[in-house]
Amino acid sequence: MNFWYFLTALTLLSALMVVFAKNPIHSVLYLVFTFFCISGHYVLLNAQFLMAVNIIVYAGAIMVLFLFVIMMLDLRKNVPESKSNLTKLAGAVLGGTLLVVFIAATRHMNLGNGSGAIGAQTGMVESLGMILYKDYLLPFELVSVLFFVAMVGAVMLGKREAGERNF
Amino acid sequence: MQQLPDVIRQIPLNNYVWFSAALFCIGIIGVLTRRNAIIIFMSIELMLNAVNLLLAAFSSYKADPAGQVFVFFIMAVAAAEVAVGLAIIVMIYRNIQSIDVGILNKLKW
Repeated sequence: MNFWYFLTALTLLSALMVVFAKNPIHSVLYLVFTFFCISGHYVLLNAQFLMAVNIIVYAGAIMVLFLFVIMMLDLRKNVPESKSNLTKLAGAVLGGTLLVVFIAATRHMNLGNGSGAIGAQTGMVESLGMILYKDYLLPFELVSVLFFVAMVGAVMLGKREAGERNF
Repeated sequence: MQQLPDVIRQIPLNNYVWFSAALFCIGIIGVLTRRNAIIIFMSIELMLNAVNLLLAAFSSYKADPAGQVFVFFIMAVAAAEVAVGLAIIVMIYRNIQSIDVGILNKLKW
């Protein structure tokens, strides 16, 4: 299954580019590409509903929001001073160490492959809709409350007070 | 698609664990090394996506749709978080004309 390894390498590479790109716009575009690669992984996992939602919500809505904010902020005039090299090195070493710990902890884990043919319909809209509207109906409705609160919060934070500092 | 996809039969689940761990660690490195608040935010999105991918992988391998419902909820929470977080970033920029998190050190005292 060479395509899996190709897609994984592509995902990791573009994720690294998100972190290390100098220009924030490039960073956002690499992140969109990363999300498309992750959607490809969802297709390989036969999770087609998640693939569609990932593209629509993440690559479509959230990333456009990021892009708009970056374009609004005019970041060109204040090029961010980089942290001291020691801090950057410490952060990179810490992240790498965490990865080593994760791999060491899961190295001898034997999770096995997928079992039988029962799972072919798992990620389809039909089975997900049945479980979402039956078992998870209350969390689904609570999400709407969360969205409402988030919307009110964003409007309140974005409102410009007359001549006042906001914090 | 009536039968199990090839990936589930040929790729062991451990590979997904390591792949998600790598993606998560890239996100952590981004949070720790960058100063631009928006890029820190994007690194957090990366970490959320690593978790999403792992949940979806386990859900598909074990044929349990509940994991994918969780991914759906995580996406909803991430969308709300991004809306509020970007509003905060815009407000910070309006007040101090910068989104460098190194300048925002007043909360330390």
